[in-house]
Amino acid sequence: MVPQLTTHWPMTLAELAVGLALTSAGVSLFAGRAPHVLRHLAMPLFGLAGLAALAAGLGALLHPVPLTATLPLGLPWLPWQLRLDALAGFFLCTVGSVSVAIGLYGPAYLRGFEQGRDSLAPLGAFTGLFLTGMLLVVLADGAFLFMVAWELMSLSSYFLVAFHHEQAANRRAAFLYLLMAHVGGLAILLGFGILAAFGHGFSFAAMRAAHLPVGWASVAFALAFIGFGMKAGLVPLHAWLPEAHPAAPSHISALMSGVMLKVAVYGFIRFVFELIGQLHWQWGVAVLAIGSLSALMGVLYAMMQTDLKRLLAYSSVENLGIVFIALGLALIYFGTDHVLLGTLAFVAALYHALNHALFKGLLFLGAGAIAHSAHEPDLEQMGGLLRRMPWTGLFFLLGCIAIAALPPFNGFVSEWLTFQAALQAWQLHSGVLRSVVPVAAAVLALTGALVAATFVKVYGVAFLGQARSRHVRRARSVPRGMRAGQGLLAALCLVLGVFPTWSIGIIDAVPRQLLGAGLPQAAAHGWLWLTPISPQTASYGAPLVTVALAVALALGFWLFGRGIRRARRCDAWDCGFAPPTPSMQYTATAFAQPIRRVFAMLFRIEESVTLQDDGKLRHVVQVTDRTWNLFYLPIARVIEVAARHITRLQSGHVRTYLGWSLATLLVLLWIIA
Amino acid sequence: MDHRLTILPVAISWTLALGQTLLYALLAPLLAGWVRKLKALLQNRRGAPIWQPYRDLYKLFGKEARMAHTASPLFRAAPYIVFVATWLAACAVPLIAVDLPTAAVADVIVIAGLLALGRFFLALAAMDVGTAFGGMGASREMFVSALAEPAMLLAVFTLAMTAHSTNLATVIDHQLVSMDLLRPSFMFALAGLVLVAIAETGRIPVDNPATHLELTMIHEAMILEYSGRHLALIEWAGQLKLMLYGTLLANVFFPWGIARTIDLSGLAFALGAIVLKLAALGVALAAGETVLAKMRVFRIPAFLNLALLFGLLGLLSHVILEVGT
Repeated sequence: MVPQLTTHWPMTLAELAVGLALTSAGVSLFAGRAPHVLRHLAMPLFGLAGLAALAAGLGALLHPVPLTATLPLGLPWLPWQLRLDALAGFFLCTVGSVSVAIGLYGPAYLRGFEQGRDSLAPLGAFTGLFLTGMLLVVLADGAFLFMVAWELMSLSSYFLVAFHHEQAANRRAAFLYLLMAHVGGLAILLGFGILAAFGHGFSFAAMRAAHLPVGWASVAFALAFIGFGMKAGLVPLHAWLPEAHPAAPSHISALMSGVMLKVAVYGFIRFVFELIGQLHWQWGVAVLAIGSLSALMGVLYAMMQTDLKRLLAYSSVENLGIVFIALGLALIYFGTDHVLLGTLAFVAALYHALNHALFKGLLFLGAGAIAHSAHEPDLEQMGGLLRRMPWTGLFFLLGCIAIAALPPFNGFVSEWLTFQAALQAWQLHSGVLRSVVPVAAAVLALTGALVAATFVKVYGVAFLGQARSRHVRRARSVPRGMRAGQGLLAALCLVLGVFPTWSIGIIDAVPRQLLGAGLPQAAAHGWLWLTPISPQTASYGAPLVTVALAVALALGFWLFGRGIRRARRCDAWDCGFAPPTPSMQYTATAFAQPIRRVFAMLFRIEESVTLQDDGKLRHVVQVTDRTWNLFYLPIARVIEVAARHITRLQSGHVRTYLGWSLATLLVLLWIIA
Repeated sequence: MDHRLTILPVAISWTLALGQTLLYALLAPLLAGWVRKLKALLQNRRGAPIWQPYRDLYKLFGKEARMAHTASPLFRAAPYIVFVATWLAACAVPLIAVDLPTAAVADVIVIAGLLALGRFFLALAAMDVGTAFGGMGASREMFVSALAEPAMLLAVFTLAMTAHSTNLATVIDHQLVSMDLLRPSFMFALAGLVLVAIAETGRIPVDNPATHLELTMIHEAMILEYSGRHLALIEWAGQLKLMLYGTLLANVFFPWGIARTIDLSGLAFALGAIVLKLAALGVALAAGETVLAKMRVFRIPAFLNLALLFGLLGLLSHVILEVGT
């Protein structure tokens, strides 16, 4: 039994992670009496759960042998089975690394909540349950446990979004979230229903063994795409996301945007790439189109936001769009039997999913640090924070560089891989596909440039210049724990950017186990060179670029920077005008104006100038999401009309209701028989 | 990379790469001076001698740097990052020889990324002091680049798909071997890249490098607060960027003369060829800048959309017309 024990440790660790997350939820129940329980016990347990998940995931990636276990729960004929393979391991790493950072960050951050009126018990309990749900989704080896865990994740995050329920906007956001989560959940349930019908069982093993006709497979794919795409916030199903994610406390926003969206990506990959058992390029075109649309609309709406967390939430829509662009490419290539290229696109998608978890987690933690220290969500009131909170400023800057896909950080590597996959489109035989893929590459290029503009705006307005309000001027550096959480994620962003050959070597286990193909060339030319297909096709020496940057910078500082202390301070020159005041600075709205004007037809812009009572003019620009009017309100209206018709059944007599129930039962029996 | 290193001893190729890197830094001000001199002559002025940019840089490096009270450490670090990122991007563009290891370190997407890194920090530094001009410059620069960068990538992707590689050395090699330069896709890519080069290097009609009129500036508005060595580094980086785009156009679309094997006569010939090609491009640039007037800021999107369209047409004409033929 000893060898089994030694190889089974990743699964044991994964179960430990689930247990720790549940314990964290359990001990939080005492936070109503003693608020400091959350700080001293629940959050450290949460961090440990993350650490265990991270270790389990790494173990599963390094020793890619699928491990199984059965939980002593569930129904007698439907046991809750767990399975830890490389794909699950990869997503455990994603969940784990962000959770560790939040475990470090949380205690100090939650201290700010202890004086508040809200009871902390639900916050801690649902945070623990949220993590439990996400871990179990990734580990589930059957549709039953998957759906239970999925609902646990959705419901617990609903309560977290509604944590600041005294504000009507938050209650509305939480309700919208709950509604959309359930519509999505229903689609996933129906998708599993199709697979279960053909596989004659709810376990994933049965579904894998089933063989579906193409028509039913496409229906199952469409349902999965709608369900998981809704959770992942793909346009046009994204409208709940920028409402819900910012409403929660910041460490929860980091979990929702950084991790929960990745769980949706996991579900999509598990369902489409493994359980359906066939891949068609037509599906890939649909995924590619929706991914491109999400990437572009996400970043354009992000550019228009002035609320920092809302902006970050829209940017998540954009990043998930990039992940789905890569997944679409993978489907197209696999569907046309270009296995190596499909694997490249698949690895790019996984890499970007992990990267987005890290840098979006980092940026949300930074937004939380600003909220903690300056009590300000609005970019237009910020300014000059780099001098007041230098560590947060530094880490946030690194996060901005990473998300803007600039070398040598991690965001660049995954976008580079996606471009490389797209540029192999010449190998496709169909002329239509050959021209569709480059257009997606063009959208990706435009998106990347717009992201850089967006994050120049964020960083320039929030951290540089001068403070635009009094409370921001009083902002102070945040406690050590919060800095450590951000620093950890920033360091991971850099490591994944500088040593892509190592990380891709590890990630490679996922496609090898799931799809039976890897990227043998990626690191074949030494750890210095990332060569996804062959050295002649493309190579990127990330460590060399980093070293060259560092050496040249050091040399530059040494040669020219000797007079660092000599740089004399004076008033800003500003073309010789009077010294600028904080209100003369460019605002976030002003910064975005040129892009707002160029892409005006994609937004709903309301601009008005009013004369206020005090004689001052007030200029208001409001940019709202077009999908509301185009997509949601019509559906809501249809449902309202339908509901009005259905109310005619509502007579108020129990007799009639019983009659209806009996009739329904008879019809159902007739259908089954 | 090992397939190249078998061709050349490692030491020689890296030395040559380093030499090419230095050559970029040394020649860049000369190109700027040449364009300025030509422009002056075309406008019936005598103009400064063509080595005036060297004198300016020397003077600025010797001068005291001054910083606003409100400037943060980022303001001080930015010129170094801008210069180094631009320089590194330039080294990866083959100047005189194809078979150099620097071209394998960074392919064309990395070059675009490094240029974007420099731009990112320059725009941040512009917002750092908190002046309205800085913010305006940063906003406009990011707006221009948001449209120019995809256009550049599209133009380059056309070449990359033709040569089946994003590696510039391989692309140029492929051009030299096939000598099939009159393809429709190449014409579109060339037209797109010319427009992008004009926008990215801040030349007329997108931006005016000589202006100090507040409301017409883009690039100059961003560097308004810089002085002394900081300004010198940023100016130098700008000259490097001009030379980078010039070399990219010259060596990718007109690859004649570049050395494919490493011997002394070949390298000397390549150096002469690239100097001539860049000089010719300088004439075209100076003539264009003299004839055209600067556009309004909100005419720029039309200009860059044209570049984007050229890039897309190039890519589509390649995948539809040329693949498989």
